[in-house]
Amino acid sequence: MASVSVCQYRPGGFSFENCKRNALLEADINKLGFSSPAARKTGTTICGVVYKDGVVLGADTRATEGMVVADKNCSKIHYISPNIYCCGAGTAADTEMTTQIISSNLELHSLSTGRLPRVTTANRMLKQMLFRYQGYIGAALVLGGVDCNGPHLYSIYPHGSTDKLPYVTMGSGSLAAMAVFEDRYRPNMEEEEAKRLVRDAIAAGIFNDLGSGSNIDLCVITKGNVDYLRPHDMANKKGVRTGSYRYKHGTTGVLTKAVTPLNLEVVEESVQTMDTS
Amino acid sequence: MFISQNFEMDSFSQNPEFTIHSFFTFLDTTIMAVEFEGGVVIGADSRTTTGAYIANRVTDKLTPIHERIFCCRSGSAADTQAIADAVTYQLGFHSIELDEAPLVQTAASLFREMCYRYREELMAGIIVAGWDPRRGGQVYTVPVGGMMTRQPVSVGGSGSSYIYGYVDSNYRAGMSKEECLKFTAEALTLAMERDGSSGGVVRLAVISEQGVERQVILGNQLPKFSTV
Repeated sequence: MASVSVCQYRPGGFSFENCKRNALLEADINKLGFSSPAARKTGTTICGVVYKDGVVLGADTRATEGMVVADKNCSKIHYISPNIYCCGAGTAADTEMTTQIISSNLELHSLSTGRLPRVTTANRMLKQMLFRYQGYIGAALVLGGVDCNGPHLYSIYPHGSTDKLPYVTMGSGSLAAMAVFEDRYRPNMEEEEAKRLVRDAIAAGIFNDLGSGSNIDLCVITKGNVDYLRPHDMANKKGVRTGSYRYKHGTTGVLTKAVTPLNLEVVEESVQTMDTS
Repeated sequence: MFISQNFEMDSFSQNPEFTIHSFFTFLDTTIMAVEFEGGVVIGADSRTTTGAYIANRVTDKLTPIHERIFCCRSGSAADTQAIADAVTYQLGFHSIELDEAPLVQTAASLFREMCYRYREELMAGIIVAGWDPRRGGQVYTVPVGGMMTRQPVSVGGSGSSYIYGYVDSNYRAGMSKEECLKFTAEALTLAMERDGSSGGVVRLAVISEQGVERQVILGNQLPKFSTV
């Protein structure tokens, strides 16, 4: 863009200075046979549903770093305000920090207005921030809550577009979860039915998507009450070993033994007490 | 009109962090607006896609900008939502300053200002339509690139390519409100049948001096044509 003046370098925003260096490093690392560390993502299944008295949000608990599970029980349902919670998919750091920033701003806003915050306000704040960063913040969110105008559910994409719907899914397992929703969703469900539906949708994501796994967390938000069920369902309990695999003493025979004493001299001894007050 | 885009950006493509969702949400779409005596009829399909997956099959692409001014959105969902929010704010402010209903041309100019100034960064094709007391029903089109022109009938989005012939041959000046509704519904149905990026339900709205009447035509209630 010719409009940017050369003399004044505009500060702020992301710095891409290291991209060239990273590319060179990556090329060198690959020659040595190692692979560069990947960003930790939450290849994920998250979803939400509006039912008779409020919203139910659900998420799996697996965080991946490339093809390795980095965290088997991470929490993907983030607090925004007492009546609003947000599930996050995409880059773990981005979802965590974005929700924390908006939660902080929303609390200040709520103190300023003297009212309980509205879900649509949180939606506006999130979409305007994500649009400002033009998709570089990789946060795909399911935002849900109950305010003075009833229950609301939004899906928010990394580029800043939002959809207001009665049921939404996001993440790598979203197609599996959406299949369950499209089959069994009805308007004005009861709480137990809604919880079962969300649980089954997340389970579909966990068992059919490699990026999702471990347990199912649920968050049920109604007017004046939030049930944060973590874990709601331990769908993947670690198995119990059937036998002991320890080797008996003497399994490995000793052929030779050589003892070399290290003569060390105490030069200086000092004691520093830690301040534990 | 939809331009196929390859979103690899030089050195960024090496860094995996930036290609999480290499898909953007798009309103590849069919949108349409028709002027008649006393108002306008606007219509749109309801599909939003991320790649080959339909992210929202019941999208409302007819966005109110002011009491009697709407815009039909096509292109990038994020861009058009952000632009529409900004113009809604600006127009509301302007209307309070003037203490009267804003002109449709003003709304269209605001869209044009934004779409032209940031044309390199944005992907937005917008049709602005509404009714004002001074000039009645008007349709202004602001396609990708940021030009603005007034037309009696305008179509937009990826599905519009399939219905230019139908629209050119079937539009007559001086149609009544009911004729316009039927014309719009049929044109959108034809486009939705042929364009993979358009589908779902048909959303229609009539804007006139009396206000705004909205209606939805569900999939099974769409008009039927012989080959379809």
